[in-house]
Amino acid sequence: MDAKLQYLLRLGDNALVLSQRLSELCGKGPALEEDMALTNVALDLLGQARMWLTYAGELEGRGRDEDALAYLRDAHDFHNALLVEQPNGNYAHTMMRQFYFDTWHYFLIGALVQSSDARIAEIAEKSLKEVTYHLRRSGDLVVRLGDGTATSHAYMQTAADELWMYTGELFMEDDVDAQMIAAGVAPAAAGLRTQWLAHVADIFAEATLTMPAPDAWMQKGGKQGRHSEHLGYLLAEMQFLQRAYPGAQW
Amino acid sequence: MNALLVDEATVWSWLAEVPDPEIPVISVVDLGIVRGVAVQGGDAVTVTITPTYSGCPAMQVIESAVREALHRRGVEHVHVATRLSPAWTTDWMSESGKAKLTGYGIAPPAQTVQLHGSLAAAVARRASLAPTVACPHCGSTHTEMTSQFGSTPCKALYRCLACREPFDYFKCH
Repeated sequence: MDAKLQYLLRLGDNALVLSQRLSELCGKGPALEEDMALTNVALDLLGQARMWLTYAGELEGRGRDEDALAYLRDAHDFHNALLVEQPNGNYAHTMMRQFYFDTWHYFLIGALVQSSDARIAEIAEKSLKEVTYHLRRSGDLVVRLGDGTATSHAYMQTAADELWMYTGELFMEDDVDAQMIAAGVAPAAAGLRTQWLAHVADIFAEATLTMPAPDAWMQKGGKQGRHSEHLGYLLAEMQFLQRAYPGAQW
Repeated sequence: MNALLVDEATVWSWLAEVPDPEIPVISVVDLGIVRGVAVQGGDAVTVTITPTYSGCPAMQVIESAVREALHRRGVEHVHVATRLSPAWTTDWMSESGKAKLTGYGIAPPAQTVQLHGSLAAAVARRASLAPTVACPHCGSTHTEMTSQFGSTPCKALYRCLACREPFDYFKCH
């Protein structure tokens, strides 16, 4: 598969899968404003996923639009990172997953504004203000819950530790990444990792949370289509309608 | 042959009457969504619009409302193009649009969009301080944010500590 196509699917699938995860909490948020925030972030990510997947479909040139790519691919054809498919867990897990993702997403999108691919650059430009808002919110919540009560602190520390092993994959360059970096389409992973670690360290210090070791053992495989069992269940729910009633429309 | 001859200024004036589907008191032109109008051969018009938020569900409604407004006035060929760059900003909202929002009970964006020196500076916690927003009901600036997110992606929830009324705030974006 063309490297740029695969790179676009990674961008689109990350946004799509996390959007779906957040949408699971619609109407179930722990407080009204949290419920609205989660669904607003889900909506932004869905819009971004649509832009990436539309471009991916055009580049592929086989007549697949964003809907076909979202609803008619199976788990092994999804290229999202393992982090975004992790279950919502308790609210500490939900927010920690969001904070880890938002930090990476923010610095990535900020760099993609300079991409040598004009279409990628303009989608990034459109998304940047949204992902800035997402990161301000999740970082703020990590501080408020981490530096909150003894109970909220303990929940946040557990979530930080348990999700840590899914963060390494975001910065592991494979052949697709290498080609995109060489072409000036994507930023180098090492620089992103430095920015990511610095921001996580800042927020964790303020949140009185202990940052896990950066060189800890990390999970990998999502970007290449090797997923945890969770993705299949997520897709089963997300894709049911189009699988059962192909071509169904509003 | 009844070729309709329209000019761009006329099309702009028609579009100025197309309401935003979620905040009908202001038009798509007031909001700064319409980025360009081009008339080709007198009876074909291309309207370029830009999305507010990536996932804004109102965009498809806006596109069909623009199409409808032009068809209704006899323009046969309407093309609605989407442009992502430069990205939409509330700085493009017209002054009359802001006044209409206030009259409707929604506080308009309180400042121009802040540019930060670096990516890291823009997400530092001190950067996320909410701006001072005047209550659209009594004008007091003694207000506080109750939620960063409101009924639509573009709004936050505030309350006035002077007149005690809650209100929507159209966020700077």
